[in-house]
Amino acid sequence: MCALECGSSHRTSDHAQRAGRGEPLMFEQSSPGRRAIRYPKATRGPQPEQVIPSALRRRLPPRLPEVSELDVVRHFTRLSQLNFSVDTHMYPLGSCTMKYNPKVNDALAALEGFAQLHPYQPVEQCQGILRLLKQLEALLCEICGMAAFSLQPAAGAQGELVGLAMVRAYHTAHGAPRRFVLIPDSAHGTNPASAALCGYTVQTISSGADGLIDLAQLRQALSGEVAALMLTNPNTLGLFERQILDVTRLVHEAGALVYLDGANLNALLGLVQPGAMGVDVLHLNLHKTFSTPHGGGGPGAGPVGVTRALEPYLPVPRLVEQQGTLQWSTASPHAIGRVRSFYGNVGILIRAYAYLLAYGTAGLADISRGAILTANYLAARLAAQYDLPYGRRCMHEFIISAKRQQASGGSALDIAKRLLDYGCYAPTIYFPLIVEEALMIEPTETESLQTLEQFAEAMLAIAAEVEHEPARLKHAPTSTPVTRLDEVTAARQPDVRYQPPQDPVTQDATYAMRHV
Amino acid sequence: MSYLPHTDSDLAQMLKIIGVERLDDLLEAIPTSLRQAPAQRPAGLSELELTRHLRTLARMNCPASELAVYRGAGLYEHAIPAAVEALASRGEFATAYTPYQPEASQGTLQAIYEFQTMICELTGMEVANASLYDGASGLAEAALMALRVTERRQLVMSQTVHPEYRQVLTTYVSGLSVSQTTLPAPTGVTDVAQARTAVTSDTAALIVQMPNFFGCLEPVHELAHAAHAVGALCIVCIAEPVSLGLLVAPGHYGADIVVGEAQSLGSPMSYGGPSLGFFATRQAWLRKLPGRIAGRTTDQQGRCGYVLTLQAREQHIRREKATSNICTNEGLLALRTTIFLSLLGPQGLQELAALNCQRAHALQEALCRLPCFAPAFPQPFFNEFVLQLTQPSLQPAIEQALAEAGVVGGLPLDVFDASWRGRSLWCVTETKAEEQVDRVVEVVHRVCA
Amino acid sequence: MIPDSLHYTKTHEWVRREEGTRATVGIAHHAQAELKDIVFVELPTVGKTLTAGQACAVVESVKAAFDIYAPLSGTVVTVNQALVTTPQLINQDCYGQGWFFVLEASQPAEWEKLLPSSAYAALLATTR
Repeated sequence: MCALECGSSHRTSDHAQRAGRGEPLMFEQSSPGRRAIRYPKATRGPQPEQVIPSALRRRLPPRLPEVSELDVVRHFTRLSQLNFSVDTHMYPLGSCTMKYNPKVNDALAALEGFAQLHPYQPVEQCQGILRLLKQLEALLCEICGMAAFSLQPAAGAQGELVGLAMVRAYHTAHGAPRRFVLIPDSAHGTNPASAALCGYTVQTISSGADGLIDLAQLRQALSGEVAALMLTNPNTLGLFERQILDVTRLVHEAGALVYLDGANLNALLGLVQPGAMGVDVLHLNLHKTFSTPHGGGGPGAGPVGVTRALEPYLPVPRLVEQQGTLQWSTASPHAIGRVRSFYGNVGILIRAYAYLLAYGTAGLADISRGAILTANYLAARLAAQYDLPYGRRCMHEFIISAKRQQASGGSALDIAKRLLDYGCYAPTIYFPLIVEEALMIEPTETESLQTLEQFAEAMLAIAAEVEHEPARLKHAPTSTPVTRLDEVTAARQPDVRYQPPQDPVTQDATYAMRHV
Repeated sequence: MSYLPHTDSDLAQMLKIIGVERLDDLLEAIPTSLRQAPAQRPAGLSELELTRHLRTLARMNCPASELAVYRGAGLYEHAIPAAVEALASRGEFATAYTPYQPEASQGTLQAIYEFQTMICELTGMEVANASLYDGASGLAEAALMALRVTERRQLVMSQTVHPEYRQVLTTYVSGLSVSQTTLPAPTGVTDVAQARTAVTSDTAALIVQMPNFFGCLEPVHELAHAAHAVGALCIVCIAEPVSLGLLVAPGHYGADIVVGEAQSLGSPMSYGGPSLGFFATRQAWLRKLPGRIAGRTTDQQGRCGYVLTLQAREQHIRREKATSNICTNEGLLALRTTIFLSLLGPQGLQELAALNCQRAHALQEALCRLPCFAPAFPQPFFNEFVLQLTQPSLQPAIEQALAEAGVVGGLPLDVFDASWRGRSLWCVTETKAEEQVDRVVEVVHRVCA
Repeated sequence: MIPDSLHYTKTHEWVRREEGTRATVGIAHHAQAELKDIVFVELPTVGKTLTAGQACAVVESVKAAFDIYAPLSGTVVTVNQALVTTPQLINQDCYGQGWFFVLEASQPAEWEKLLPSSAYAALLATTR
């Protein structure tokens, strides 16, 4: 399916040329018999053939690449050079909070005292990490104005699942689980997906013309069958729900709970506590607000915070102190259970903890203020050329609509792709769904004025290109290692794995017993 | 310490362009009653102070680099080649975003494609995804998929599946009307005859862990057969994939879905997380797979490139009808696994597996020659085994002696189930030199004699 | 792009009356144009009982997925296997080779609820 370039073994030192030819797969650089890591042979103990029955033994090794360590180092180093990253580019991605990932946090998480600890070692041997986790729980409680936290969920989406499962458990304990969860039409896709996974039916509430929750609609939708309202504040349009206290009051009057998707917490740190807004349960995204690296798609962490009323339902195990020793307890009869093995993404939790200590409680408001400042600055810079459907004032992120540009032949997608040629990652596009040709921009507080200006200049230049030569955008990007990819064929005829060549000697036996 | 770059001059300039006098003017949307008073304490720490503080906390722990830890039970201590650390810590990988814009993410996407291929090769399956949160939630996702595919409502497994995995599974299916049957396993493996009786025409899947929680090798051929006999899926769950360097690939005995924990392939234990789940299945179910998938395609110039594909199944598009609500995978850890397996290659993985197997058997045989220990189960094993303490009164003395020798011995299993008192689960990997293994035997011997 | 010989639903399915109580079902031009390049179709299984108005199939493009709703109640008799390998037939020939399935309709009264081409055209005009 690929052009011949893929298998090419020509490699020059010129990155652009290399980029033009693509980096072959590690498999394609394999040479039978080539080795990298070797292990010594045991001088004691039985041979595997003596202790593992032949029916359970592998007859042939897996067809992994056979390469030298230098091959591996060059391959992955070159792959890394094909990426954009926060370390190299600005990412104005709305709803993702791509701020700088402090290197000291990576170094501290890698300390042997943390990295080489087995989760089932006696707790006396783990008091350092347990103390860190307990302090992190306390810090998050304080920041969010919540009574208790679980650090177990591995990501925001898993946090949502936990939060909704607790909502369900709460209502069940109070008579019946109820049937519906209300979600604004501007919500992130994980919200309805999580609600469905917990057995709830989703009812969408339309936002008002001002982009905020329509109280009349909310009143109408609330009933004794509604378990919760899921919302985010500021919302995905970057607007603060001014009537949040009315919203949460109405929900509580109906006997329902308020779930806050904490993805936009970067606008609230040190300024507003979710607990004060009337939130009953929330999740945080440590890989957003709390600076842990995105890793090309994880690992993240999604701690869940609750009011005292929901505390009994938090997942087990919970961290408790008994006679001066911290330990894990499963003595929680109303807990919703466990959502991941062991205790949570500890390596990520350590990074978030270090980040919080670096700013201190006193410094947190500087983060949100900085984030709000940079977002409003960009909104002001772009206002002349782009439609701002909700005006120029925003919190930490804002939406522009490329309706005007679309009419001249440049869609939001085209603008996003063309930005890559200007050395900037694209904003979030086509989200939220309620804005036509949406671009959601969140610069974060760690971008300097110079970088913000570069981005603004790029966006303005692109707006001019749309006016005068829109064709330039249709084929963008042109300066990246690959141009626009055929996603249609990728979905029609998926090729999701490489097939090593069929060598008769290494041919595997046919699979047994196919049935379904 | 702060990472904020804005000077007073920057601030003034930005406020001017925005058109406000003070930054506080931008906060007017927030009701005053909600505004927190600015906190004065505690102040932030400098990098110097921060490092000192965290090092102090780290020193309060006793990691496996200082003690000899003989525990596995779902997370494994393996030597991680230096090249894995060096490459995976590159900022271009670590600080990259999810590869939704493929033109800017070819490094990440190609690495995922290679990861998917390697997982297929190890497991003998046809397709794999880009990873899930961990082995336990991976198993839950596999069960959910089996329920969807078969449209049945029952799951069968034995006590030999990791207790925490079973707990996570229970949490995931608790909102659905699904029944779980858990068979007792007094012999240390799933009883085939019992399994045959337990699976019915309403069974969506029979779940087997291999090697199982006790380290024992399950009768996988017979169990897969039992599942298929009633049209149920056979889900194989693997917590220690290094074993696949030696053990038969599940695809070769009819596994329909293979899930597991890939931490032992290149990632540190890190007190239990982050870790990563892998998930592999048949080509026919490619569109039922949860999680992200990278695919190969071409660009406008006909060059090879990689994209996230089959996204229409995912949360950001299908919303409430998604196959799952997963948004993140464990990208950076999947990268570590890909680099690790590239460095080992087929022979390295085989050598590693053999070394683990031999070391573990050497310790087990030596400890079982002592009067105080006996094997708990008459089953073959890979690098983990359960010992029964034949003289329970010796337990405190043995623990103390081991502790004094800087050894963390087998995991007492009664924390999981009171009926497992007197049993301990020992794991020996290549990280233990032969002299260290000797030392353990010597220490226990002195107590037993 | 709205053949007179067919009936339609508000959700952009078309229905062609066949022999006896049979009906062929597909999606109209408007739907396939909105979806753009269709990459996959999940068809109902032969023998499945459908209820009018309930989701019975899924159509996917790269960035979107849509439910297809049964226009009539009945049992699925045949499905268009060609769509499995060549889903683009829906984009190319949505009223012909892009048909989804044939069902044996069980409720004759339901035919009254379908829209004739003129009513469907009017509906499209108002939603623009």
